[in-house]
Amino acid sequence: MTDKTVSLPETPKHAGFIKNNLRNYGMLLSLLAIMLFFEIMTDGTLLQPLNLTNLVLQNSYIVIMALGMLLVIVTGHIDLSVGSVAGFVGAVAAVLMVQYHVSYPVAFVFCLMVGAAIGAAQGYWVAYFGIPSFIVTLAGMLVFKGLALAVLQGKSVGPFPQTFQKLSSGYIPELFPSAGTLYPTSLLIGIALAFVLVLASAKSRAREASHGIEVEPYAFFLAKSVALAGAVLYFTYLIASHRGLPNVLVIMTALIALYGFVTRRTVIGRQIYAVGGNAKAAKLSGVKAERLTFFTFVNMGVLAALAGLVFAARLNTATPKAGLGFELDVIAACFIGGASAYGGVGRVGGAVVGAMIMGVMNNGMSILGIGIDYQQVIKGLVLLGAVCIDVYNQRR
Amino acid sequence: MTAMLEMRGVSKSFAGVQALRDVNFTVEAGQIHALVGENGAGKSTLMKVLSGVYPAGSYDGAIIFDGEERRFRDINDSEALGIIIIHQELALIPLMSIAENIFLSHPPSRFGVIDRNIVHRRTTELLAQVGLREQPDTLVTDLGVGKQQLVEIAKALSKRVRLLILDEPTASLNEADSAALLERLLAFRDQGIASILISHKLNEVARVADRITVLRDGRTVDSLDCRTERIEEDRIIRSMVNRDLAHRFPERKVEIGEPVLTVVNWSVHHPLHTARQVIKNVDFTVRRGEVVGIAGLMGAGRTEFAMSLFGRSWGYNISGKVHLDGREPDLSSVPAAIDAGLAYVTEDRKQLGLILADDVRKNVTLSSLRRVSERGVIDDLIELKAASDYRNRMRIRCSDVYQETGQLSGGNQQKVVLSKWLMTDPKVLLLDEPTRGIDVGAKYEIYCIINELAEAGKGVVVISSEMPELLGICDRICVMNDGAFVGEFAKDEATQENIMRAIMRNVRMQGAGAGAALAQGAVR
Repeated sequence: MTDKTVSLPETPKHAGFIKNNLRNYGMLLSLLAIMLFFEIMTDGTLLQPLNLTNLVLQNSYIVIMALGMLLVIVTGHIDLSVGSVAGFVGAVAAVLMVQYHVSYPVAFVFCLMVGAAIGAAQGYWVAYFGIPSFIVTLAGMLVFKGLALAVLQGKSVGPFPQTFQKLSSGYIPELFPSAGTLYPTSLLIGIALAFVLVLASAKSRAREASHGIEVEPYAFFLAKSVALAGAVLYFTYLIASHRGLPNVLVIMTALIALYGFVTRRTVIGRQIYAVGGNAKAAKLSGVKAERLTFFTFVNMGVLAALAGLVFAARLNTATPKAGLGFELDVIAACFIGGASAYGGVGRVGGAVVGAMIMGVMNNGMSILGIGIDYQQVIKGLVLLGAVCIDVYNQRR
Repeated sequence: MTAMLEMRGVSKSFAGVQALRDVNFTVEAGQIHALVGENGAGKSTLMKVLSGVYPAGSYDGAIIFDGEERRFRDINDSEALGIIIIHQELALIPLMSIAENIFLSHPPSRFGVIDRNIVHRRTTELLAQVGLREQPDTLVTDLGVGKQQLVEIAKALSKRVRLLILDEPTASLNEADSAALLERLLAFRDQGIASILISHKLNEVARVADRITVLRDGRTVDSLDCRTERIEEDRIIRSMVNRDLAHRFPERKVEIGEPVLTVVNWSVHHPLHTARQVIKNVDFTVRRGEVVGIAGLMGAGRTEFAMSLFGRSWGYNISGKVHLDGREPDLSSVPAAIDAGLAYVTEDRKQLGLILADDVRKNVTLSSLRRVSERGVIDDLIELKAASDYRNRMRIRCSDVYQETGQLSGGNQQKVVLSKWLMTDPKVLLLDEPTRGIDVGAKYEIYCIINELAEAGKGVVVISSEMPELLGICDRICVMNDGAFVGEFAKDEATQENIMRAIMRNVRMQGAGAGAALAQGAVR
């Protein structure tokens, strides 16, 4: 044991760094490639402001549920019931608001609580009784599909009050007099966001460097910051030239930031990954594995409820078929985004990118006029391919 | 008598650790050959070489069976010649019937359709041969362990066994079942079937074996003929343990203080078989600055004792009193036990100790995230500093603290686990087989860490199956057998012989009834 043990092996810095990070950014690059492909194939329709806004609205509920599903998958479980739960909660919201004229905020909060209760009921069996989550949530899927039908008595219920519709179809209020075709408030928020993101990453880099931690090469950092700021600004510009920021995009962004923070920086996040990585070792290290598993299901229930509300508001009606098959898109998003089916591995960013890949493909293929039949085939193959690449990478 | 099996100059190593060195082993037709030795002496490895679990080419030396050299590629090759191994953990499928289990791999069939009449008839014959009175369609799960063992033997007979290998067959059997089983072996011998019997119960060995081979540190050190002279158990024990303490153990300044952990009347039941008392009302004390060893055979209850103390992470219906550092703390859950100042380093570091896919940093801080976080948010710089400190202090060899623990060597993995527990600042550490599967150099470093802990005034409990290790590092050694402490030796009076004798005396007392029953031939 000489000093050798402390000093790090010298490697060509830039090459090594890019190689190490390629995996993290691999999915993002795939998303960009897919977007570019469809942008060209659709003659620029994909990134037209109207279509882009639609793309966000169409996929918001998938992204919201993917955040909860990621945590469930990281703990080594699965939730097949989310689509049915979303449909059921949408139905409850419709009955409350349309038939019983309950006010929008009260119904909203009540519905989220219903979601939490559903999550708790399922999580209880999984966490404390050790029943495989696959079975518990398969049962939940049937139960809530049936209950949605029962609550709606087989009919579609709508329309919703105007204020509730704004959840999905509304845009943030414009504070300034509109200048031409652009919405200045949205643009300003986008610029501020890009600025904050770059500033935060510069600050964190400086802090690490001051503590003698190896940081990413400056050129790499600069390129990353420019790309990040550029992407945010371009996206904001496109959104701002349609009707400004949709309300649901604001909710979604806030949730992504929150879950990103929880998974990467908090004690609870760390412990969830530990439970998924090795439940027995985590328990013997003092992690309350059962309780964490329980709470990931409660959390999933709340997010499924929120997604159900967003979807109902978007359709402006609750139908017995709402939520059908959502669970497949949500689970696929997590796995495409690099989550491991064995638990312990997965990133919030990955799940979001995975959901976007599915969304862009849906949207792009629809514009191209590919039938729903072959869309399914292609999506299935993309899911299999993404997971194969991941497994291959881990074996190396 | 001609040799049926001859293993010549067999050597086998795992990742640089020599498990077998130039072992010679001969079995004659119609012989009961006992293979004895301490845990880790190489008995199981030798049998795995013989049965083809380790295929030809993965070891050095030759296996000669029926006068021809054999190169087994897998277990099917050895079974084809009638070499059948019955493992300690039975390989029966609980929810299948006796008949289905016996003919699982080779059902009598025509065009792939199993002939149930033949299966039934032959199973009935086989069960009669092994003396088991059960219906062929009884489910295996409804049988006791002793009867399951007989089903395994019937299964071996169905494959036309010529050499039967039994790994600790009587370890989990009661007296009557043990006697019945040994009776079978004697009957097989008369039919010309040879047996290799691996056992810690030396009284049984002395009773039925025709020849005894002793393995120690992967070498054959003795081969005793029991037909010409009667072999005393003490003679076997001496062969098993007699070796010079060639390992070096670091010196320590011993300063033993007042008791820091006192356990009184501790009783634990098995979580599944709740009527079975696994830890039988034991008392135990550790003092500040003291290293206490717990010796015993596998299955003696040492791990169960430690885990039941550590937040009741094993067992059912646990009772007894614990004083830790002058208080009677809450030890009802693992987090509570950690808070009370207890740490437990598991026997199985890959399955229970580490999160292999996570890096060194995350593993080190997992049990003390509170110390590196504020209001539930981890301060990554403080965390990094803490992990790096332990990396330097414990000399963990890794590229950096972001390296996955799965990529580290056994010794470094163990240092990561130790770091995790040191970071919780425990008062008492329970170390379960802390040097298992670790090379000699890393072992020395682990011993140094244990010494430092003791010098810092902590109480250290070391559970180990390596007796030289216990003798080298412990101030006091308690001997556990069958869930109770059966002997205690201070450092200067402890020797391998008297520890082994304490264990064997106890095993003999349990086995005495079996012996008597066997002598009378009363069991059937």
